[in-house]
Amino acid sequence: MFSGVSTFAPEIDSAMAFILWWSAILMIGITAFMVYCMVRYSRKNNPKPTHIHGSVALETIWTVLPTILVLIMFYKAFGTFELMTTRPDDAMKVKVTGLKWRWVFEYENGKKADELVVPVNQAVELELHSPDVLHSFYVPAFRIKKDVVPGKDNWTWFEASEKGNYNVFCAEYCGNDHSYMLSTVRVVDSGEYSTWLNTKSEVLSGPDLLAAKGCIACHSLDGSSLVGPTFQGIFGKMETVVTDGEERQQRVDEDYLRKSILEPAVDLVKGYANQMPSQAGLLTDEELDAIIETIKELKE
Amino acid sequence: MAYAGVAPERTTFYEQGTTDKPTGLKSWLLSTDHKRIGIMYLTAMMFFFAIAVSLGLLIRLELLTSGPTLPFVNQRIYNSFFTLHGVIMIFLFVVPGLPSVFGNFFLPLQLGAEDVSFPRLNLFSFYLYMTGAVLALVSIVMPGGSPDTGWTFYVPYSYETGPAAIMAGLAAFVLGFSSILTGLNFVTTIHRMRAKGMGFFKMPLFTWSLYATAWIQVLATPVIGITLMLVLAERFLQVGVFNPALGGDPVLYQHLFWMYSHPAVYVMVLPAMGVVSDMLATFCHRTIFGYKAIALSSMSIAVVGYLVWGHHMFTTGISPTSAKIFSLLTFFVAVPTGMKIFNWVATMYKASIELKTPMLYTLAFIFQFSIGGLTGLPLAALSTDIQLHDTYFVLGHFHYVAFGGIVFAFFGGLYYWYPKMFGRMYDERQGVIGFLLQFIGFNLLYFPMFMLGLKGMPRRYYDYLPEYESLHALSTYGSWILAAGLLLMAWNFLRSLGKGEEAPDNPWEGTTLEWDTTSPPPLLNFDKEIVVTRGPYDYPEEETR
Repeated sequence: MFSGVSTFAPEIDSAMAFILWWSAILMIGITAFMVYCMVRYSRKNNPKPTHIHGSVALETIWTVLPTILVLIMFYKAFGTFELMTTRPDDAMKVKVTGLKWRWVFEYENGKKADELVVPVNQAVELELHSPDVLHSFYVPAFRIKKDVVPGKDNWTWFEASEKGNYNVFCAEYCGNDHSYMLSTVRVVDSGEYSTWLNTKSEVLSGPDLLAAKGCIACHSLDGSSLVGPTFQGIFGKMETVVTDGEERQQRVDEDYLRKSILEPAVDLVKGYANQMPSQAGLLTDEELDAIIETIKELKE
Repeated sequence: MAYAGVAPERTTFYEQGTTDKPTGLKSWLLSTDHKRIGIMYLTAMMFFFAIAVSLGLLIRLELLTSGPTLPFVNQRIYNSFFTLHGVIMIFLFVVPGLPSVFGNFFLPLQLGAEDVSFPRLNLFSFYLYMTGAVLALVSIVMPGGSPDTGWTFYVPYSYETGPAAIMAGLAAFVLGFSSILTGLNFVTTIHRMRAKGMGFFKMPLFTWSLYATAWIQVLATPVIGITLMLVLAERFLQVGVFNPALGGDPVLYQHLFWMYSHPAVYVMVLPAMGVVSDMLATFCHRTIFGYKAIALSSMSIAVVGYLVWGHHMFTTGISPTSAKIFSLLTFFVAVPTGMKIFNWVATMYKASIELKTPMLYTLAFIFQFSIGGLTGLPLAALSTDIQLHDTYFVLGHFHYVAFGGIVFAFFGGLYYWYPKMFGRMYDERQGVIGFLLQFIGFNLLYFPMFMLGLKGMPRRYYDYLPEYESLHALSTYGSWILAAGLLLMAWNFLRSLGKGEEAPDNPWEGTTLEWDTTSPPPLLNFDKEIVVTRGPYDYPEEETR
């Protein structure tokens, strides 16, 4: 294992160590006894077995002692669980959206980012939302994991005790790019945090932007057909789209692109499944404009 | 030969069937003989097992290096690999395996009965199983691609995918009925068909374990049937049950899924414990230690096993109170399980141990299953499970239980009963070498997964960060050694069918009733009337403490 950097990590690690050490002791005991018997009571060394039917005393011992042991294990992990499920009142709040296949972090002042930046030694409460399928917000270094369930307001919290960069994984299987649904928690000192919070994020452009927003997981730039239609040469093209079950022709212009990003299910290009999560609220206006500009430029 | 007339000509079930013509394809496909049905299950399952193993090897190969490894495998294909590996292994092999193959073949023999209670229903169960299996295979080639939802079919993701997921769900539904009917048949058989003098506490432990299993099959499997029906109703009739877009609750699906699937773990593992108890007594050449404790712990595992499903859901946001109750109850399953392990190792004390191939598998079972069980403890505990849930630690844990435990017991059982089923001996030397390869390969394959999980490696990842690469590589090397062991074992079994030495009736000096008849047994199992006067593991020469 590696060191944990949240305030409750040491206690969880101590419960883990207690359980794993006791398991190791039992395992060594059982294995050693089996190996001893294999040799000492082999057919060669002990041709005549003794038929022992059982022992009430032994059965009692190995029922009662393990019961006590597992109750201690339960209790140790119970205490830390209480800690993890009780959010402190002074926690700062960050809204986390998990969608196929990226994380969006939104701060109380409206700032949105692809990574989670938090001050060290400050309790942080994460409100978890999903517009599409199940995801799970997992930061191994903090020992926290919570499923992001559509239609349910889950939350989790942590307080990081050391500065540094830590991995964020999606731990609940969510489709094609599940293993690429990664991000970073950057724990910085409070001065650096407030500077970062009050600086407007730089808007990327071109293919870098499409990659950062997860577009290219489903929309290729080279004409090949993935989960969704390719972006290559899409601007200005006539597409057959399905609106309320009716097929109709639609030219791909700026308005259509904007609508497809914010309400993807409404005018679906024929032949593609309704799989894209709405990006409403997940992109800033500048980002939305920049994405449309980028797609416009992707001519054949 | 000159000895003709000395030993009476014995007709085996291979030469005499239940249909008009005793041999030929039809005499097998329409047979209501529990032994032939057992062998048909075995044949089908070995085929599915081979497919699922191949998929597993491909998964390991893809994970050999960080980044895309195999040229033809992208994320979508990889996701189908682990889905099909799970679906086939769980629904077509591990859950029905031991009851359908060995339960069918040996339950009536161990009871001293002629057949199961409902032989025709038994054949029907087999065809339900085959129908489910065909549906599962059809789902692979459905338009829109193979199912990629994971074997758990979690909603809402499974609603978004193509028709393949529906087909796979339908397969699980049909297979469920096969399981329910087999369970029903076994419960009735055990209550009604025991030989004269065989009280419940004179039944072999394999039979006891089948009894506990059969009750779970009957009582828990309908839940998955209802759940899959609700999924279909939601998908086609737009009734909101699980789908949040229709006002449903995806966590409810998980509750129902695990309400079946956790007890299903005990459907898998209890018969394995039973086989192991029988083999242990036989190769220790002494009576089993704590017979009643082992028998009754099966029943208590079956009962408590119903009430622990919530431990799969500690991270979903279920109320902390219910999480605590589920955690506590889960720990209580550990107690009867530990009790069994202690009784098994106590059976080795002052025994006279013969290390034949089945015994090697038995000892490996105890070793690997203990690791599987003990690594379940941090997953039952609340805060440690939060960390380990959905990581490679869980993969390691359940493969130690399902493969290191259940499948090793299955292989052990196959070696143990091979002489009785086929009338031939397998090759002992090849058996031992195959075992060693499997044992080393298995542990090399799965032990690194515990370390990966503790380091935070999430499961169902097509690609991973470079820091996890060395442990992944080690695991993949293990898979090759394991594969070599499996191939050698398959060769040994197939070759011995024709070339093995002729098997005596009781090659291991076993004490349970199946060794009291000929190898292979006649159509109605015994040539004489069976009257039971002693316990299943009592030796004639017995000197008790």
